[in-house]
Amino acid sequence: MENNDTENLIEVKNLKINFDTYAGKVKAIRDVSFHLKKGETLAIVGESGSGKSVTTRSLMGLNADNAEIAGGQIMFHGEDVLKKSEKEMQQIRGKDIAMIFQDPMTSLDPTMKIGRQIAEPLIIHNHVSKKQAMAQALEMLKLVGITDAEHRINDYPHQFSGGMRQRIVIAIALICYPEVLIADEPTTALDVTIQAQILKLMKELQEKIETSIIFITHDLGVVAGMADRIAVMYAGKIVEYGTVDEIFYNPQHPYTWGLLNSMPTLDTQSGELSAIPGTPPDLLDPPKGDAFAARNPYALKIDAEQEPPFFKVSDTHYAATWLLDPRAEKVTPPEAIAKRQAQWAKMHTDDGELVRPATPLNTADNLDDSDRE
Amino acid sequence: MDYTDRKKILEVKNLKQYFNVGKNDEVRAVDNVSFDIYEGETFGLVGESGSGKTTTGRAIIHLYEPTVGEVLFNGKDVAKIKGRKDQLEFRKEMQMIFQDPYASLNPRMKVKDIVAEGIDIHHLAKNDQERTDMVENLLETVGLNKDHSSRYPHEFSGGQRQRIGIARALAVDPKFIIADEPISALDVSIQAQVVNLMKELQIKNNLTYLFIAHDLSMVKYISDRIGVMHYGRMLEIGPADEVYTKPLHDYTTSLLSAVPVPDPEVERARKQIPYEPTMEGDDKPRTMVEIAPHHFVRAAEDEVAMYQERAEKAGLDVL
Repeated sequence: MENNDTENLIEVKNLKINFDTYAGKVKAIRDVSFHLKKGETLAIVGESGSGKSVTTRSLMGLNADNAEIAGGQIMFHGEDVLKKSEKEMQQIRGKDIAMIFQDPMTSLDPTMKIGRQIAEPLIIHNHVSKKQAMAQALEMLKLVGITDAEHRINDYPHQFSGGMRQRIVIAIALICYPEVLIADEPTTALDVTIQAQILKLMKELQEKIETSIIFITHDLGVVAGMADRIAVMYAGKIVEYGTVDEIFYNPQHPYTWGLLNSMPTLDTQSGELSAIPGTPPDLLDPPKGDAFAARNPYALKIDAEQEPPFFKVSDTHYAATWLLDPRAEKVTPPEAIAKRQAQWAKMHTDDGELVRPATPLNTADNLDDSDRE
Repeated sequence: MDYTDRKKILEVKNLKQYFNVGKNDEVRAVDNVSFDIYEGETFGLVGESGSGKTTTGRAIIHLYEPTVGEVLFNGKDVAKIKGRKDQLEFRKEMQMIFQDPYASLNPRMKVKDIVAEGIDIHHLAKNDQERTDMVENLLETVGLNKDHSSRYPHEFSGGQRQRIGIARALAVDPKFIIADEPISALDVSIQAQVVNLMKELQIKNNLTYLFIAHDLSMVKYISDRIGVMHYGRMLEIGPADEVYTKPLHDYTTSLLSAVPVPDPEVERARKQIPYEPTMEGDDKPRTMVEIAPHHFVRAAEDEVAMYQERAEKAGLDVL
């Protein structure tokens, strides 16, 4: 994502990460760039193995030992996080950038009282006294909506339900008022009712604490209400990004179409759900051309040959699909997507007709007219 | 939908499943639940964790001895099936697909042996060749490559593993399948694949499903009828569309209001409706009352009028 605004809190540029395994080099992240603005929520959406967790883990320097940074930068406060030592990372982790994990059952220490666990980052990072830290922990516990916090602060994690534990995990993450909060599938393990509560809580706290959130999920339903912007990842790359409205009402990439279509909505009647056929490619040996081509009913010939560059749809909306190339034949998206796009058109009558702008980015290095079609 | 001339394949009557009976920590996991499942339909059972939906499923397939009540499968009480031959016959008719495709396949067994285990136990194959053919057929039915039959579970993705679990269930040619959250552990795009496969198989093999899940939008999509459970009790049963669009019980309304919709406009306008469970705690005797045709709500006598009024407002034909 190209954006040179100074208000960018985090800027990831051309990140490439490989994992050394017995079977060979897994190219988990293949040239990913994005930015995070102050106060916004960026959702990274994709299937398991698309690289969304690896991307965000590298923001915190939490990748496994066999991870190799093959290129790129992660700029945070003008400094490259990837160049920092473990000791320097410890200063950032939990203080400036905090993380909420998927499973609240395993991300808490079962042998430590929850008050201690919440206060711990304060004692370590802010060097406050234990007493003061515990007082702040109590405040935070109330803030995340634990009733009878005065008594429960001395309880152990097993004495709480899953939803309450996730609230405690959030309290730990937010105690130092981090600038960036990374939430890695924070509600996947929870029931819908509890999920709704946790999402609401995160939104409320975001306003109070003025933190930016990177929200990782495979569930597009969850991000519709949470995100300001969305980046869709597939096979180690971002394939489309834009504002939440742009992704939901004017999606351009066939993979985004597939994701949106495979969820039944209120007006999905019986009949077939349109699943995305097949499985993601093996990143040990990523396919030539567009990695999604094999599962893409709209694939063009060029998809097997060359990776599509990002085409600009609007100032905030880019998609990496050859369908946006002006020379590509126009395709009719699936019915449900066409409906969404119709709604988008309706939303924009004042601005006049939405013309599909087709100014490919990165043209210089990616495009060569001779070998298309 | 007309159910009068349809055959009930399963009848659950006043089922109570308590654990640690008589002790201080007695758990009433399922508390007086009754419902029927008709042949060839999909019955969706929804509820939060701890609502007793999984326990109900396990009691139906007789993994537990019911505390009170009975489960009739094709008119026979599953708890009274004695003798190895009858037990085998029952297990052949009723199969289960589990939630976790990682934990439910033996990591030390090859896929062909996992799928063929039922075939072996029930002596359905006359010789090795027939066994191999059956396994390969099953794998193809569920959309897996037959060449994969000598691989181990760890070589497959979550969605593929769930297909192996489905093939295993299908191996003995069952009539009734209990699917306990079969798609919860899968990615959204893969969920649709598995659901489509299950629907396809239902038509092909004339299967009846009990589909247990907490994902309401998927349950609505796959089910003909839905039952909503909470605190071990059944609160509402009705045709899937009706329960989803015209819920009568407060709990169902609340549950539905929490379902995220992949539409930002809808999400911005959304208001979650909290549920006040105290009303369930009063000791009024409650039974399932049919408010509209085939639409039941758990209600006390003095609440029936209120539900009838609700149903009328929602445009249902009140009985």
